[in-house]
Amino acid sequence: MAKRLDIKDLNLYYGKFHAVENVSLAVPPRNVTAFIGPSGCGKSTVLRSLNRMHEVAPGARVEGKVLLDGEDIYASTVDPVEVRRTIGMVFQRPNPFPTMSIRDNVVAGLKLAGVKNKKELDEVAERSLRGANLWNEVKDRLDRPGGGLSGGQQQRLCIARAIAVQPDVLLMDEPCSALDPISTLAIEDLITELKKDYTIVIVTHNMQQAARVSDQTAFFNLLGVGQPGQLIEVDDTEKIFSNPGQKATEDYISGRFG
Amino acid sequence: MSTNLADPARLATPPTFQSVSLSRRIKNGVATALVWTAFLIAVIPLVWVLYTVVQRGFPVILDGDWWQKSLSGLLARQQGGGAYHAIYGTLVQGLVCALISVPVGIMIAIYLVEYGGRTRLAKATTFMVDILTGVPSIVAALFIYTVWITYAGFGRSAFAVSLALVLLMVPVVVRTTEEMLKIVPDELREASYALGIPKWKTIVKIVIPTALSGILTGIMLALARVMGETAPVLVLAAYAPFINYNLFDGPMASLPLMMVNERNNPTEAGFERLWGAAITLVLIITLFNLLATVISRVLAPKTK
Repeated sequence: MAKRLDIKDLNLYYGKFHAVENVSLAVPPRNVTAFIGPSGCGKSTVLRSLNRMHEVAPGARVEGKVLLDGEDIYASTVDPVEVRRTIGMVFQRPNPFPTMSIRDNVVAGLKLAGVKNKKELDEVAERSLRGANLWNEVKDRLDRPGGGLSGGQQQRLCIARAIAVQPDVLLMDEPCSALDPISTLAIEDLITELKKDYTIVIVTHNMQQAARVSDQTAFFNLLGVGQPGQLIEVDDTEKIFSNPGQKATEDYISGRFG
Repeated sequence: MSTNLADPARLATPPTFQSVSLSRRIKNGVATALVWTAFLIAVIPLVWVLYTVVQRGFPVILDGDWWQKSLSGLLARQQGGGAYHAIYGTLVQGLVCALISVPVGIMIAIYLVEYGGRTRLAKATTFMVDILTGVPSIVAALFIYTVWITYAGFGRSAFAVSLALVLLMVPVVVRTTEEMLKIVPDELREASYALGIPKWKTIVKIVIPTALSGILTGIMLALARVMGETAPVLVLAAYAPFINYNLFDGPMASLPLMMVNERNNPTEAGFERLWGAAITLVLIITLFNLLATVISRVLAPKTK
């Protein structure tokens, strides 16, 4: 559980477009790292490259290394399916599988990997739903479709689904941007809980959120339209928000640009 | 503003809202009249056809024999007998056609949506499917006649009919399946990949079940469509007034073929059989359409 991630000289491309340039960054275990920055600066792209989801897009390409406890996930011998099993992901919009019940959504990863033991699956479902702070709300309707839950509940269902396969790292791509403030608070509390067991990387547009939940913050920026995004600086969250090392960071967090 | 001030009878500020202007009311009336005319033009022939078919055919199919007996041994002018042989033919030819078309069509659609992308092969396949969609049924029938009967040397049979129907059904299945797979959001595929589920399993266990109701509806509608095709049965199977269970040999009736045949029968019995077969075909196709609706209701992703 909870491994460290080291990103080394990462360059990301969509076809000929150079999306992100020379990112190097260390993500310590049992720690929340937040990626902040303006739209289009490549923070989601970097996040998606950490579990090889970037290459799902047609023409997408990766250069550089991403090391999970020292093992390069982009080595030619590595199966991307294994990588995604080890490094889970929660998306911007809640996306439960519409044909499955709440329980089946949670255990989808295990079930589709061939686990058939009903008792084991039930245990995993309960443990994961408790882990995602959703158990008490859904325990009486586990057989109902996942699509019937509220947006915030659906997102916690997706988190439960992601932790059910017991990943080493959890990536979250703006997990609260489609949610109301109360659901957002529930997810933020959950992130703080999950930090005890998982290494978490979260992309967020909400700087208060980054300040509230993360231990370390990475600021990405874009020098101009059509230019690749860059990592400007990464430091302890407290330092980034009180005394950033770069002027661009200060301008961004204080709401001034250019 | 200055005109307002010059005229004391008017309000200081004109009212913000006015009644609908005359020109807009006229345009609205004209548009409404046109829409209703178009509706009536579409509906009158439909109602007329249905009325004629029901009025002339309904008494015929009320007889239990109609559903259980063939016309074996009856003279053209002799009344009685039934359409069992033709109903069997229509259903079995459609079923065999579906057994071949559905897997082929679905696999082509999966290739096009999930794997093909913008590759040359995918583009060529789409182009071919488009061409096949436009092929008239008589051309499909003659093509099968040339390949299956003239070159391969097989006889005219129900199976040859099914093969020609396959040519007509595959493009429809491909098209509907393609559309249904396309509307499955990519987010579901990504959610599945992110759980470490391989692509093929994502397609089989996540994408297809999500699109299943639409795919099955499309298949049912395509099947209903090809079962009414007349050209392939005319060209590829001889009519038999008796029951033939053999798919691969001998003449076999089907409802369209029975209708063509009885049209040449000038007696009262022929008239009854013609309209009886017509309403039977309409009923079978309606049944398939209803089945499609039921299936899509039952299988559609639920939220409650």
